[in-house]
Amino acid sequence: MSLLYTDEQKELIAMVREMAENEIKPYVQEADEKGECPRGLFDWGFKMGLHMLEIPEELGGTGLSYETTAMIFEELAKVDAGYAISFVTSFVALRNVILAGTPEQGKYFADVVKPGRFAAFALTEPNAGSDPGAMRATAVKDGDDYILNGSKTFITNGALASIMVGFFKTSPEKGNRGISAFIIDADAPGITIGKHENKMGLRLSNTTDVTFENVRVKASAMLGQEGGGFKLALNALNLSRAFVATMAVGIMQRALDESVKYAKERKQFGQPLISFQMVQQMLADMAIKIEASRCLVNNTMRMMDHGSLVQKEGSITKTFVSDCAQEVTSNAVQIFGGYGYSKEYPVEKLMRDCKVFQIFEGANQVQRLTIANVLNKEYK
Amino acid sequence: MNIVVCIKQVPDTTEIRIDPVKNTLIRQGVPSIMNPFDKNALETALQLKDAYGGKVVVISMGPGQARAVLREAISMGADEGYLVTDRAFGGSDTYATSYILSQAIEKLGPFDVILGGKQAIDGDTGQTAPSIAEHLGATRLTYVLDLKVENDKVIARRQVEEGIEVIETSFPVLCTVTKESNKPRYATVSRKLYSMSCDIPELTFADFPDIDTTKIGLKGSPTKVKATFTPKRTATGVTIEGNSPSEMARSLIHKLAEAKVL
Repeated sequence: MSLLYTDEQKELIAMVREMAENEIKPYVQEADEKGECPRGLFDWGFKMGLHMLEIPEELGGTGLSYETTAMIFEELAKVDAGYAISFVTSFVALRNVILAGTPEQGKYFADVVKPGRFAAFALTEPNAGSDPGAMRATAVKDGDDYILNGSKTFITNGALASIMVGFFKTSPEKGNRGISAFIIDADAPGITIGKHENKMGLRLSNTTDVTFENVRVKASAMLGQEGGGFKLALNALNLSRAFVATMAVGIMQRALDESVKYAKERKQFGQPLISFQMVQQMLADMAIKIEASRCLVNNTMRMMDHGSLVQKEGSITKTFVSDCAQEVTSNAVQIFGGYGYSKEYPVEKLMRDCKVFQIFEGANQVQRLTIANVLNKEYK
Repeated sequence: MNIVVCIKQVPDTTEIRIDPVKNTLIRQGVPSIMNPFDKNALETALQLKDAYGGKVVVISMGPGQARAVLREAISMGADEGYLVTDRAFGGSDTYATSYILSQAIEKLGPFDVILGGKQAIDGDTGQTAPSIAEHLGATRLTYVLDLKVENDKVIARRQVEEGIEVIETSFPVLCTVTKESNKPRYATVSRKLYSMSCDIPELTFADFPDIDTTKIGLKGSPTKVKATFTPKRTATGVTIEGNSPSEMARSLIHKLAEAKVL
């Protein structure tokens, strides 16, 4: 691996690897088939503290940098990216409350998550994916409260979360500038968790609809300014893009690890696959894309550690890495041949797991628009 | 409850190879790990602390690099770690080691419970921890599965060949622990970070002014190693195959009779 790791990073990576290999990996295939991760498996991550990595110590976290946090999630994603994203989503929600909210809101949210609970981020709607301005969910002021109504979809941790950040239109006529964010307890009356999505990949990750029907929240639960929700969502997405990219690196690394091992074992025409130049080229190209992706993620993480918003860099990272991941995992299946297409072998799952990385946190097409928009401004 | 756990750093024997010519262990390039049974002993200690409060101290005798296993123990939840180290202690056999460790335990104590693994995976003697009890005059219980406290008495379950033995005894007690006793916990991120920077004090020869110098180091070690060798495998196993258990049993009886065992 290309990065220079500190002793601390090496130790933390090794520690997470040992736990994930021993406690999670043996159950991944079964959980992938069922499309559900048993709570007991998540408890291993909670016990280790994987839900509080980058959270400041005064809020009960371990105060790691984004850089080190990303390395840990890459390692976790090697074993299962759906498992990893359950923690990442929760962390991104909490991190954004800390960034955008009052100190009281940050503490409230952290106290819910700290003992070992998940959080969720309810932004997407059936007709508002890459275009949040089209959102229909509403928050109407009623005395000291807001009353929330609407339907959110594809909510990661939907059925697992104890607390969430939800986005609602407080001024429906205002488009993007009419969106506000709220902290919502998941057991608030009027919240219905819909069916668990039967997904192509990331099947250990819980994904549901969440419906709000006259859900009452205090006005003090509003995160940031009224109408500031869109900007908050964009900042949150900058963070989550960088973090989903680190998981895609983990998936790719697993694909390469499995492919090289197989290419050394598997013999055709009397020689191991790795002795064929065309296979060598495929493996080398996989390694090149992984190294480049990891460096890109690392640089973006370090920029965030220094306070950069990474609007362009987050989009570049997520787009480049997720595009690489398609090719790398597809070629892993190719190297495994017919066995690669079988669920008995580990690589077809990697291909299924990584497709969504080109889609979520803003489709790669939209990312390219964002990058071009920033370029357009930069060259004025 | 004050608990001390004796921990040894050992070569990872799953990675070890034997020099085919000299018949000795090739130690070069072999990673060092915490003796796995000592990890079980640490888990027993941490469970006792979880149940009854108190503190868990870990000690190890060895060169400076043995700090790594003390740090690992602290990352899992031990409160303090001490490295017992001095040139004067070098070359100690199990007798001398157990004597020096007992001196360290007396210095750091008093402790209610002293724990260690049932044996180390490198030397495989299983002598050091039980001998500590002799030096300290503590009750010694080997192969302990678990222990609890009832009315100031210690109730321990021991794994013995015939089954499980339940013993009641009083403090202080030294127990050695087996793999079956428990599943050691993982470190947490926050403890891991703490363990990497915390102070691990050294206890050296100078810290033990009253130590009996005839019982330490190479000179204080009655054990003399005459030779080490890999024993030749003399017998080979036979797998008895068959379509049913009764058929296989008949075949076994026949073979035993043939070998004049029956």
